[in-house]
Amino acid sequence: MNPILLAADSGSSARSLTITLFVIFVLITLGITVWASRQTRNATDFYAGGRSFTGFQNGMAIGGDYMSAASFLGIAGIIALSGYDGFLYSIGFLVAWLVALLLVAELLRNSGKYTMADVLAFRMRQRPVRTAAAVSTITVSIFYLLAQMVGAGALVALLLGIKPGETFLGMDADTAKVATIVFVGVLMIVYVVVGGMKGTTYVQIVKAFMLMCGAILMTLLVLAVYKFNLSSLLGEAATKSGKGAAFLEPGLRYGKEVAGDPTQTFYNKMDLLSLGIALVLGTAGLPHILTRFYTVPTARDARKSVLWAIGLIGAFYLMTLALGFGAAALVGGAAITKQDKAGNTAAPQLAQALGEKYLGGGTGGSVMLAVIAAVAFATILAVVAGLTLASSSSLAHDFYANVLKRGQTSERQEVQVARISAFIIGAVSIGLAIFAQSLNVAFLVALAFAVAASGNLPAILYSLFWKRFNTAGATAAIYGGLVSAVLLVFFSPVVSGSPTAMFPHNDWHWFPLSNPGLISIPIGFLCGWLGTLLSREPADEAKYAEMEVRSLTGAGAH
Amino acid sequence: MSTETPPRDDPAAGSYLAVEQSPEFASLRKALRNFVFPMTVAFFVWYALYVILSAYARDFMGVKIVGHINVALVFGLLQFVSTFLIAWLYSRYASRRIDPLAEQLKARVEEGARR
Repeated sequence: MNPILLAADSGSSARSLTITLFVIFVLITLGITVWASRQTRNATDFYAGGRSFTGFQNGMAIGGDYMSAASFLGIAGIIALSGYDGFLYSIGFLVAWLVALLLVAELLRNSGKYTMADVLAFRMRQRPVRTAAAVSTITVSIFYLLAQMVGAGALVALLLGIKPGETFLGMDADTAKVATIVFVGVLMIVYVVVGGMKGTTYVQIVKAFMLMCGAILMTLLVLAVYKFNLSSLLGEAATKSGKGAAFLEPGLRYGKEVAGDPTQTFYNKMDLLSLGIALVLGTAGLPHILTRFYTVPTARDARKSVLWAIGLIGAFYLMTLALGFGAAALVGGAAITKQDKAGNTAAPQLAQALGEKYLGGGTGGSVMLAVIAAVAFATILAVVAGLTLASSSSLAHDFYANVLKRGQTSERQEVQVARISAFIIGAVSIGLAIFAQSLNVAFLVALAFAVAASGNLPAILYSLFWKRFNTAGATAAIYGGLVSAVLLVFFSPVVSGSPTAMFPHNDWHWFPLSNPGLISIPIGFLCGWLGTLLSREPADEAKYAEMEVRSLTGAGAH
Repeated sequence: MSTETPPRDDPAAGSYLAVEQSPEFASLRKALRNFVFPMTVAFFVWYALYVILSAYARDFMGVKIVGHINVALVFGLLQFVSTFLIAWLYSRYASRRIDPLAEQLKARVEEGARR
């Protein structure tokens, strides 16, 4: 018998407790959303929460937007199964915030209004640059959205403990997955359409608070088992994994050395470097993170919010060590892979094991499992709402208002279109997520980061710091980075030609790495540089002066 | 500045150009760039070193320091420490060296716009 999740009696009580807690979260957040909708009167309220949040509130909300299910469940799972290599994600995801803090947050806050494209198009011809930025915003967000929604679908059957052949409310596991995707999709549409940025920000704050509480509780319980001796936790995890000291060192999963095959070894090492660079450069190009900086009144508050976010996110990623190695030591790799091959259920399984240990028996386990499962659902829901808002803002503000209508539209109309866009994007991602259920979640997230780092970051940095940068350079940087990242993934072993690929029985791959960042990020920078130099369009001196003064001083900031 | 005719849609445009070419703005730009550019290079190299060592210096990363705690773990934790440290240094530097200059120039731009 599998003791985890499925113990018949405690299983059903855990399920009802999970559902109860989750329903409470949904009701609270819907209440907030309705309240926020009454405070949402104009476009600034809808897109930027009225710029009324404090640095601390926005820092919490950034944490809520950033610590996705991929971080909470994914990293814990990778550490639990492959040991130290999972920690690389934690480090990359955190260090990445320095790019945002030092180079992007304040300057973007000062010179932009609602979207990433406001900064990119500031001194360029509006229509081509805004079109490119909208395309890239929506591409990145859809990949990220798919990852979260597919994750939600995959987890629900496991977290609710629906066994194959068993039904829940008359649904089997597959139907329950689809139902979850639709449910999550509908809720995120409601949050965004009704609550706008104000509602979504409060949802993020509530979620970040819940996630931190859950992670702190589990970390303390894990450490208490080992009398707060990190070394003995690591020792037990290494022993239980059956891999010994290697479990605590890099190399079980990434950058593997293949004996007698130096080429493959080289590719594996390059893949590790590629992942590392995509993680660290992706964050400052994620549209749903960039739009967060507009919710505070000044650049100083934007700085403060990043500082809070770094503290919060850093603390959280430190705890992934305890969660991951704790799951390896207390649950064990075999029990985890039995539930989910990718290890995504390691954290909830750890919660159950801790509950059984401390609260006594199956009931204690069920309670802890229910709490952590509800936190995981809340996490997914909040992140998808943030992504939907960012992409519908871009569709309405960049594409509809500035490209189609050439800026000749009223605020009311624009917000109306943003709400309709949220419906469309929500519906499209529900549909895609149902078809994409077999895709690997971590792959989709890494792809979103690689696309953000290749398509968005070069254009943002050039716009802010390079006077000569022009319209041709901006569109070349965005399309060059975006297209090369997507194409390289399409021709990589992740999509075809390997047993774990999306299409394992076909083989059209020629690009040897699974992460495109190492090649596509330099391509993005190169395209921006070449596009600028090859076009005859001179840089707009006056506009550059205005942008530089505004971005550095905050004069004329929206 | 008074000879400039600002475009109708932005009354402050003339003063932006004037401010951008002022020595005070040059020193604000210098203050910002002198901190963020070297610091970006520093943390990026430090992070790259960590990733490269993870890929190529596995024996070194596996050396145990205390109990089961090895170089890889300490190196990883040091990345957290350096991130927190740089964030703290930047916030201190920005509030001392950048914010006062920025405030001053902001006031000047807004005054120029009113004139």
